[in-house]
Amino acid sequence: MVTRGVSSVTAATREPGSRASRAAAIAWRLATVVDVVTETPRARTLVLDVPGWPGHRAGQHVDVRLTADDGYQAERSYSIASPPEEARIALTVQRLDDGEVSPYLTDVLRTGDRLELRGPIGGYFVWDVAFGGPLFLVAGGSGIVPLMAILRHRAGALLGANMRARHGVPARLLYSSRRWEDVFYRAELARLAEDDETLEVAFTLTHEAPRGWTGFRRLIDRMMLAEVAWPPAERPKVFVCGPTPLVEAVATTLVELGHDPALVKTERFGPTGGSA
Amino acid sequence: MDDETRNASAERVDGEARRLDGNAAAGILSEIFVPDVTAAHATCANCGTIRAMGALLVYSHGMGMVMRCPDCDAVVLRVARPRRQLWVDLTGVKIIVMAG
Repeated sequence: MVTRGVSSVTAATREPGSRASRAAAIAWRLATVVDVVTETPRARTLVLDVPGWPGHRAGQHVDVRLTADDGYQAERSYSIASPPEEARIALTVQRLDDGEVSPYLTDVLRTGDRLELRGPIGGYFVWDVAFGGPLFLVAGGSGIVPLMAILRHRAGALLGANMRARHGVPARLLYSSRRWEDVFYRAELARLAEDDETLEVAFTLTHEAPRGWTGFRRLIDRMMLAEVAWPPAERPKVFVCGPTPLVEAVATTLVELGHDPALVKTERFGPTGGSA
Repeated sequence: MDDETRNASAERVDGEARRLDGNAAAGILSEIFVPDVTAAHATCANCGTIRAMGALLVYSHGMGMVMRCPDCDAVVLRVARPRRQLWVDLTGVKIIVMAG
């Protein structure tokens, strides 16, 4: 969906995390919007061409800065949805009605417009296929975005791999949304799970479900985590991203269930579920 | 419950909901440190616990960010950006160990 016209070669010319790329990472850059994809009624993906982009790791984010005519600046963090294999970066942004930045990104910005950003940022909430699995990903609302970068990276990296390699990195995603129409990347997630017997995707809808819905229908709770997560003995690498209350409840419960706190990485989005 | 108590408790709930991870401070920290420090390990000066800085708790305010220890709640690091300046308070951190 966001991969069209993208070269997979240019992104990896400099090793992400190297000193050279770190020095380059903090600079503010002017990105150009090359494509806009509607994901849900309230969320859009912006595909950006960023000159001099040093490459990123799955799970990292960028800071976006908007400057008003009077010089007032507002800065927000947005997770990168695209995998490191792609030269262009994709940000999926959910509109917060009282937000200072997101309504501009979701409603105003058009193809060809420019945007100021710096990144990639963050070396903690990241996953590389070399880190291995099993992987357990838990998303609340727009918290799916950095986890999608992880799933896309995993799918790309394992595409040509043999069965043994694929079974070395099995993955499970538990994704909580209010309604089915709020779920990001629906078609792509279905396709990824269909093409890959080592990926399982479970949805829970907390507010409203379509007729005939067979997935979960409640907030993520202890029983759901016990059912969906890999057993603690398998030492899964866990990534939890979403609104702060969801992230803290999930992380605490996983540790109570016996998961090693050092393997449970969290990314809290704050109270709104939108930007950090 | 009197109004003041209610306000205090509402503020606390609001503050807890606003809590972020150390990862959220990575942007402003990249203005100070050359290597990425969210993957670096910091020793809390108060309780001595060693953690990845990405696992610290972050409270973000208009002027900057406060990073607290998830174990003892002490302030580990403060960064503020008043007009054209960058202030860094490292009294709460004993040592930062980063890859290099």
